Amino acid sequence: MMILSGDPPRSRVLSLLLITIVVVLAITPFVFPGAKPLNVAAKICIFAALVASYDLLLGYTGTVSFAHTMFYGIGSYAVAIALYGMGPSWAAVGAGVLIGLPLAALLALVIGLFSLRVEAIFFAMITLAVASAFLVLASQLSWLTGGEDGRSFSLPELLRPGTVFIKDLFGVRINGRILTYYIILVGCAGMILALLRVVNSPFGRVLQAVRENRFRAEALGYRTVFHLTYANVLAALVAAAAGVLNAMWLRYAGPDTSLSFSIMLDILLMVVIGGMGTIYGAIIGATIFILAQNYLQALMGAASGAAADAGLPLLPNLLHPDRWLLWLGLLFVASVYFFPTGIVGRLRGAPKAAD
Amino acid sequence: MTTTDIPTPSASDPLPQAKRDLLPVLLPAILALLMLPLVGSFSSWVTLTVASLAMGMMIFIMASGLTLVFGLMDVLNFGHGAFIAVGAYVATLVLLPLAAMSGADSLLTNLAVLVPAVLAAMAVSGALGVVVERVLILPVYGQHLKQILMTTGGLIVAEQALYALWGPQIIPLPLPTSLRGSFIIGDIAIAKYRLLVMLVGLVVFVGIQLTLNRTKIGLLIRAGVENREMVEALGYHVKRLFLGVFMVGSALAGLGGVMWALYREQVHASMGNELTVLIFIVVIIGGLGSVGGCFIGALLVAMVANYGGFLVPKLALVSNILLMVAILMWRPRGLYAVTSR
Repeated sequence: MMILSGDPPRSRVLSLLLITIVVVLAITPFVFPGAKPLNVAAKICIFAALVASYDLLLGYTGTVSFAHTMFYGIGSYAVAIALYGMGPSWAAVGAGVLIGLPLAALLALVIGLFSLRVEAIFFAMITLAVASAFLVLASQLSWLTGGEDGRSFSLPELLRPGTVFIKDLFGVRINGRILTYYIILVGCAGMILALLRVVNSPFGRVLQAVRENRFRAEALGYRTVFHLTYANVLAALVAAAAGVLNAMWLRYAGPDTSLSFSIMLDILLMVVIGGMGTIYGAIIGATIFILAQNYLQALMGAASGAAADAGLPLLPNLLHPDRWLLWLGLLFVASVYFFPTGIVGRLRGAPKAAD
Repeated sequence: MTTTDIPTPSASDPLPQAKRDLLPVLLPAILALLMLPLVGSFSSWVTLTVASLAMGMMIFIMASGLTLVFGLMDVLNFGHGAFIAVGAYVATLVLLPLAAMSGADSLLTNLAVLVPAVLAAMAVSGALGVVVERVLILPVYGQHLKQILMTTGGLIVAEQALYALWGPQIIPLPLPTSLRGSFIIGDIAIAKYRLLVMLVGLVVFVGIQLTLNRTKIGLLIRAGVENREMVEALGYHVKRLFLGVFMVGSALAGLGGVMWALYREQVHASMGNELTVLIFIVVIIGGLGSVGGCFIGALLVAMVANYGGFLVPKLALVSNILLMVAILMWRPRGLYAVTSR
């Protein structure tokens, strides 16, 4: 209970799901051979942490930010540029982290102080504008960021696939790639547990109070702008750290993998489908979404082919593998409408207003 | 208890006039004049100014619907961009099969396809607006967070549906022949299509202003912004009024979409997404819910983009944000804040 910050899943099915996800993620390198399952697992870890940090904003304070990928991108780019410029050394990784994280925090602070005084709706629009400007900047300053192509780099010796630690453990060669995976797994688990700690602290309760009724929270003597800005900075820090891990896994940072608006929409979908205001929802949402992204497409391709063979009109197009987001979008709208607390809220069974 | 001497208004007194706030209105003109010495050559200044005005009018047409919807219904529609893309796609349904007519060298023949294309685009996007209002927005009136989520979800679904129906490729959409080219006066060239765009933009602006300020529907809309319950208590169907405004806003977005697609001579499903950011900046600059502010905001954004692109190309890419920050520093609620929200 201590490690879960006194906020256990409170549902047998949910506990079972979470344990399954964590165990499967932990043993993925040993039971699912090949590069793709490991990639999917690493992406689930990274996105679970990223989505959990977004949930701190959306679920706990009720502010919609469209700038979360900006912080994610800052982390990615910082470590990528450092490793590209300084060569593959641990000093470069350190420099990337030491520049990227404070930069993200500072930017979050400025945006927060500048725009959190106003209504949520205004904040959403301002963050949308700032994030799009950042995306343009990243793709234009090609001398620094590599433009549209992004930056590829090599990792320090220890993390490379060529570095073999154990030749044969349960039939798997333990190399630098698997070490990187476990660093990501542990790092993301640590961040999620830390976020769980934050939302169950007195500070987290104030955030919920602000979400439910900002005026009343203010009347109780809480300086809501301070709390909102603090939450914004925390979320930005975790997002930037997730960005660092993402860049380290891909050995690449570019606009499409770390900054694009579609990633922002993905995060939004994961939070809402998983369950707003529950950090556990991030894990469930990210897992479902990324599994769908990677494996639903094959299924849809088969269905689309079958529909085309049957000579049905339009259906092959709607079931085309590239249209998987259409169906998740519909699921998203339905879940906002029918179960606003998402899967986790449903499993917990306690109806709680999300707006 | 002493009674202080308060002047009681009598019926014959005129209503107190609202103070005129002209500075924002003059801002685009001042900006244009300031740019004249910076640009240097008069002919390129005219070209840039005309381009800015044309672009500004198009952005205004797209953004006006959004600001109306926000002002009256207190709904922020993040899916507004979808109507823009839908409008453009519907126009291709009319324009591309009849390419021979729009390629003919006769203004009348060209208009005979262009006008039905525009009308079809407005009708479809307006009808889609009705559906969206009924299905997505009706359940979440008064809940901002859910509105943003619902309409964002709608945008995702709409964009994917466009891809499914038309395919992911960019569709070229050539301008009708008689709208190509430009009028040449001395060494100044003014593109014909830009003039047409400016004309349409002005008509839309004047139309909205007259409707809001001179008709009974406009009176009800403005009253609805002030106090919805009171208007309902007087026996008017505010819900139906809301639906109408949403439909008009969506139809205007469709119109803007067609014009933008012809301007760029291409149609793509992500165009709605790209324009959404620009439109939000305009709505914020103008002040949420203000049509006049939206108009000025659109002109300012277009001017900064065009002059900036000419003078400092690198800076132009983030000029919108800089403009927004500058305006919000000056007036934190936008140029003309209408709603008290």
